[in-house]
Amino acid sequence: MRKPTNFELWFVGAAAVLLLVILPGLNLTPPGTLLHVSDFTINLYGKYLCYGIVAISVDLLWGYTGLLSLGQCLFFALGGYMMGMYLMRMIGDLGQYHQPIPDFLVFLGWSKLPAFWQPFSSFAFAMLMVIVLPALVAMGFGFLAFRSRIKGVYFSILTQALTYAGCLLFFRNDMLMGGNNGFTDFKFMCGYDLRQPAVQRGLYICTVLLLLGTYGVCKWLTNSKFGKVQCAIRDSENRVLFSGYATAHFKLFVFVLAAIIAGLAGALYVPQVGIINPSEMATDKSLEAIVWVSVGGRGTLIGPVIGAFAVNAMKSWATRAYPDLWLIFLGSTFILVTLFMPRGIVGLPAQLGGLKKRWLNRKPVDVDPAVTPKEAELAKPNPK
Amino acid sequence: MKPLLKFFVIPAGWLLLALAAVAAEAPSGDTPAIRQQLVQTILSSGADQQKLLGGLSETGSKLVGEVLLSWSRGGVYLYPASDGSQVPVLLEDSQDATGKARAIRISDGQFLKDNAGKELRFGDSELTTADTDMRLRSTIRQTLDTLDLSSPDMDTRWSAVTKLGNSQKPMYVPILQARLAKESDATVKRAIQEGVASLQLNDHDPAAQITAIKQLQALNSIGNLQTLQKLAADQKSDPQVAKAARQAVDSIQSHIWWVNFFGTLFRGLSLGSILLVVALGLAITFGLMGVINMAHGEMIAIGAYTSYVVQNLFGTGFAFSINLPFSILGKQLGFGLSLPGLNATGWFYQSYFLFVLPMSFLTAALAGLVLERAVIQFLYRRPLESLLATWGVSLVMQQLFRMVFGANNVQVNSPTWLLGHCSLNDISFGYNRLFVIGFAILIVLGTWLLLTKTPLGLLIRAVMQNRSMASCMGVRTTRVNMMTFAFGSGLAGLAGAFLSQIGNVGPSLGQSYIVDSFMTVVVGGMGSIIGTVYSALGIGISDQVLQQLLGSPVLGKIIVLTCIIFFLQWKPGGLFPVRGRSLD
Repeated sequence: MRKPTNFELWFVGAAAVLLLVILPGLNLTPPGTLLHVSDFTINLYGKYLCYGIVAISVDLLWGYTGLLSLGQCLFFALGGYMMGMYLMRMIGDLGQYHQPIPDFLVFLGWSKLPAFWQPFSSFAFAMLMVIVLPALVAMGFGFLAFRSRIKGVYFSILTQALTYAGCLLFFRNDMLMGGNNGFTDFKFMCGYDLRQPAVQRGLYICTVLLLLGTYGVCKWLTNSKFGKVQCAIRDSENRVLFSGYATAHFKLFVFVLAAIIAGLAGALYVPQVGIINPSEMATDKSLEAIVWVSVGGRGTLIGPVIGAFAVNAMKSWATRAYPDLWLIFLGSTFILVTLFMPRGIVGLPAQLGGLKKRWLNRKPVDVDPAVTPKEAELAKPNPK
Repeated sequence: MKPLLKFFVIPAGWLLLALAAVAAEAPSGDTPAIRQQLVQTILSSGADQQKLLGGLSETGSKLVGEVLLSWSRGGVYLYPASDGSQVPVLLEDSQDATGKARAIRISDGQFLKDNAGKELRFGDSELTTADTDMRLRSTIRQTLDTLDLSSPDMDTRWSAVTKLGNSQKPMYVPILQARLAKESDATVKRAIQEGVASLQLNDHDPAAQITAIKQLQALNSIGNLQTLQKLAADQKSDPQVAKAARQAVDSIQSHIWWVNFFGTLFRGLSLGSILLVVALGLAITFGLMGVINMAHGEMIAIGAYTSYVVQNLFGTGFAFSINLPFSILGKQLGFGLSLPGLNATGWFYQSYFLFVLPMSFLTAALAGLVLERAVIQFLYRRPLESLLATWGVSLVMQQLFRMVFGANNVQVNSPTWLLGHCSLNDISFGYNRLFVIGFAILIVLGTWLLLTKTPLGLLIRAVMQNRSMASCMGVRTTRVNMMTFAFGSGLAGLAGAFLSQIGNVGPSLGQSYIVDSFMTVVVGGMGSIIGTVYSALGIGISDQVLQQLLGSPVLGKIIVLTCIIFFLQWKPGGLFPVRGRSLD
């Protein structure tokens, strides 16, 4: 969309400084001092930021291209699983069974590493797969879906089915991906001990950088001619099609790009949270990501990140304060936001401004003295 | 709404008939004569006793079984009467404080009394037991084995026959054959033939063995497959016998294949019917109206919980109370409800399901009406956003279920006439599955009639085809929307009443069906009821077939989902796309 406004630039700049410099700096102050930020908080914010990256990818699809995908959590989890495989290899023989292969494989009766696990001992290969696997899945599915012009509601339902199928697949033990329990109990990454606060801080900073990078790339893309075509597809795909654009190619590109972004977010999420299992792919998670975008404001790039932060902060608070009622809070928030705040938090000032304007410009109700009440009764349309 | 009424009335008639059939069963047996026979047997001795015992096995009476069993365990006592004769008695199970119990005369089942009419009580050691020796005990056991063969109850006879048939003791062959001549029930007859043939397999005469094998082959006896396989592989057996056994094994195996085939087909059909019942409501709200109602699953759960509440109202009543974590002026906020139950028993309690059907339809329809008025009416122009709002509704409702009914599954008892199964040619048909299939047919028929033959159906179709045009023609579209949405939700409630009979009822009941039902509607083609029928049956049957082939339910499901994605490549509009001229 248009040139970034001054406000947006200022906001992003201030947030970047706060997240990248001030928070890690305050984390370094000794515990107990007034301004100290705990390791837990840093870790929590790292998690929120990963969600924020996913939210941007959802917005790229939904807010800018009009594709409501319920499959972003599949790509997120796939990226996470690829990273998880590398982290599982790095545990080495420190597991419960003290075997050179991951514990769950020992449990399943394997004595040797399966062939497809072999290359994941290399960090570079794992990172490559973090990008390639979600991209390939998105490419395959997107090619089929866009080729046969599946769109709108159909597209949403189909991506939901894809995610559901993926979730069922990863729940199977025969998949050799940890089944129900997934991967957990990670110890090292690139030689660093993941349990050290400094390493977690490093991961947090990586996440902030990835978020800023994603923001930058998406900003550039949506401001370019490509972005214009994207928005045109969202607003009227057929006109774009008749103007000679291959809309399927544009949509496929955006879909694959969004999958890669989600995969990267997943890869950074796993070492910070310390677990990845198939419940990350449950259809609920995709819906949650869409809610973040909706709450923050779609069609903007800062909105989704704000939404992800706001919703998750509320979730963290409500689960602690009202464990029995938090689902009701969450659900009601979604209903109210959808009904009354279609432009989300970011659009709230404009919405309030519009209301104020309408209030100020209101006109007194027209009373036409020429029409008697009797005539007005007759002029009414016949009921039924 | 007339067709609706119709399809409630029809099953109600059926159910009453079924209830009447269950109620009719009368006890039988000529008790005094049997009692005299028993007394005679116990008091006689030697060869006479053996003969009398043989006679007792013909009676098939339960009483004989009980007395004989306690006799063989030394529980029958002889009481010397005043005239010098012996009276056989049983001691009651419950003893008083001194370890004494009342004595029951076998001859008439009355308590033993002295001349003054006072009940006599005895300890174990005060009376002499009616003695038994080894030979007598083994005869008693044999009599007990064959006793059930003459039982008036068909199931008891059948299990006795099966027990004897599997006993591997050729001495029972004449007994079974004697019974065969008298047996009138076809199922038991078949079981006797099977049992006799199975016993004759161990015969030393190859000709008799071959006849038995032929008989088993003709009966397609699955139970004897292993024995036949052993016989066919046995090197020592007669080559003719082995050949006949091989033929029989082949024949039985192909029979098993067919049984599995039809069994799978039936299970697929019933799964398809469940999907159909679940998806039909969605076909209306999603297919016709274009609203993505993620709370559809919770409408199903409402139906299921309604059947739970109705069941409890027929039983001991229903109550719940919720405490909110807020307080005003020091008083904690909360609310609750307590409804007394009817404490019904017997057939009246069993008939609760008849009330469940209309109640679950109405409750879910009411919930749908509220949902439409409160949320969905604002979102008709933004269908994708209806997904978000209704998902919020679904979260709220799930939590409400958890608060009212608890986080665990609740117990919904099926009426007895829905339990059990009948089997035809080794294929077993569960009554509840048959019922679901029949019900799905009725529901589809009712919906179809409503949509095509009633004025309301005409209005619904008009509004769905072109909302603004219908509005211009004077159709009150908001009202039609309301009715349509309520009807779709009501159908979901009915589905819930059914699911409560086959599966667990819990707060997340709806979630497990939501993806499947959306897929069913999409594959069928949005806005096409008949398409939903075909796709539900197709998905149900292919799911079961793949499960059977792959031996894994999850893999089968994944393959079905993948197939659906590819199917939509070929037919993007579903099986029966609704044709129109509009581009978007």
